[in-house]
Amino acid sequence: MKRTVFPNRWLPYALVAPQLAVTIAFFFWPAFDSLRLSLYRASPFGDRLIFIGLGNFQRLLSDPAYFRSVATSFIFSALVTVLGLAVALLLAALANAKIRGLAVYRTLLLWPYGIAPAIAGVIWLFVFHPSFGVLPYLLSFVTTYQFNWFLKGWVALVLIVVAAIWKQFGYNLAFYLAGLQAIPGSVLEAASVDGAGPIRRFFAITFPLLSPVTFFLFTLNMTFSFFETFGLVHAVTQGGPGDSTSILVFRAWKDGFEGLQLGYSAAQSVILMLLVVALTAAQFRFAEKRVTY
Amino acid sequence: MAATTRVAAAVATAEIAGRLATPRRDMSGAIAHVILIASVVVLAFPLYYAFVISTQTLDEVTSLPPKLVPSTNMRQNYADAWARAKMGRLLLNSAIVALAVAVGKIAISLLSAFAIVYFNFRGKQAVFWMIFITLMLPVPVRIVSTYQVVSVLGWVDTYWGLTVPLLASATGTFLFRQYYQTIPDALAEAAQLDGAGPLRFLWSFLLPLSKANIAALFVILFVYGWNDYLWPLIVTNSPEMRTAVIGIDSLIPRTSQLPEWNVAMAAAMMVLLPPVVVIVVMQRWFVKGLIETEK
Repeated sequence: MKRTVFPNRWLPYALVAPQLAVTIAFFFWPAFDSLRLSLYRASPFGDRLIFIGLGNFQRLLSDPAYFRSVATSFIFSALVTVLGLAVALLLAALANAKIRGLAVYRTLLLWPYGIAPAIAGVIWLFVFHPSFGVLPYLLSFVTTYQFNWFLKGWVALVLIVVAAIWKQFGYNLAFYLAGLQAIPGSVLEAASVDGAGPIRRFFAITFPLLSPVTFFLFTLNMTFSFFETFGLVHAVTQGGPGDSTSILVFRAWKDGFEGLQLGYSAAQSVILMLLVVALTAAQFRFAEKRVTY
Repeated sequence: MAATTRVAAAVATAEIAGRLATPRRDMSGAIAHVILIASVVVLAFPLYYAFVISTQTLDEVTSLPPKLVPSTNMRQNYADAWARAKMGRLLLNSAIVALAVAVGKIAISLLSAFAIVYFNFRGKQAVFWMIFITLMLPVPVRIVSTYQVVSVLGWVDTYWGLTVPLLASATGTFLFRQYYQTIPDALAEAAQLDGAGPLRFLWSFLLPLSKANIAALFVILFVYGWNDYLWPLIVTNSPEMRTAVIGIDSLIPRTSQLPEWNVAMAAAMMVLLPPVVVIVVMQRWFVKGLIETEK
């Protein structure tokens, strides 16, 4: 806390007013309105709301399609985060040497972050295109299996996972590399003298020392894959084929804005909110225990 | 939170280490270069492929094996994409949204962080928590209700509706608050002794000191505003108000359409270029911003 403060009665209120106004209008009001709306459904003509208590939640929790979306979301986010981070860490560990030109590499690694998920999706959509794409063409030499993501749900999921990882991979690698370079060589040399092999050294020393970087990247990638990948799904797969790529945010949007079931969509928003709060809490619990400083 | 401070320190140390160090062992250096070059090439390939497609004719695009070298139809494809998607208007809208979100958020968070750090006032704790709880819940978890608020205000299909709701987040406020707290008390004391009022202090002392933080936040917010997809999709109806990332959807060939991927890729290249350029040009601040805003 500052000891020096400016004595002024009304000025601080004027200074926080813009932010407070925006926060109340576009955060608190919608958040409470979601809670309220989730207890209603629209009348058949859509002209008024009918109170149905927890009806929307009952419907959601007995809808297998909703649980498929929950599963899809978690599988998608886990793949993007764990796979993306694991490969980045592996490559960073292998490339950890005192080399020239790190700044140049960093530039060449960071730029994909600027590409919108939807645009990344469109590019990979063509790479995966069943008729003209380079990837199915190359795979056709190896196998006769049709990697047609228009028809096969798992290929569509792989497509959006690859596009999402592509966008994130460069800075995952850049941050791991920076983190590794900051570990003093003397620590590893000491372990080496004590007879620890490279793999042992990695798991006993390097990985724990990197835990702040891992935690940071994990949070960033989870948030990204949960909330910022809507455009990717919307522009590329439209949640399909079937509902194999309908992640939670996509389903909430679809039920609310295409299906016009406002209450049902609001109930999904409420569940999403609870999920985010739970995940954030779990994250900080974990950070307290496992992240070494 | 301390975790990210550590990351910042780690990144900074790595930079210094990278500059001072000389190659220790040649083999590990060579392996490192091979791995990094391979990563860079693999990352660049999809973009290169998209660019190559954007220069080809329809026949070349649909021929097998795929051609991986640039062709001669570039000018035509880009002109087609520009005309068909009304690209000028889309890019203008994206630029307006990205700049308004970045500048607006920086402005309101500079002011509120200043109030929170440099003043004591009744209700300060409440204000603080009201602002910071927004960090918990991003826009996608409350889409229907936010849309209803915007429609009550009559902001559907306007620049106000496209930008103002995106300002309701505390990332900037948090960043500036953290930074102001590291500024020694002596600065404010000296300013007060010199007879500077709070606004003069903000303008002549804090603002120049905050330049690097402002730049860092600008890169992150510009990219966010340019690339956001869900909100502009919901809040705009007319083609004139669409932003570029959603506006080019009509150019993406669906199954029953002529596979004009060359035109679609030309459009994609035009849309992805501005944020990528901002990141490359302002790279130093981008890395800083990435670390600071995730705290």
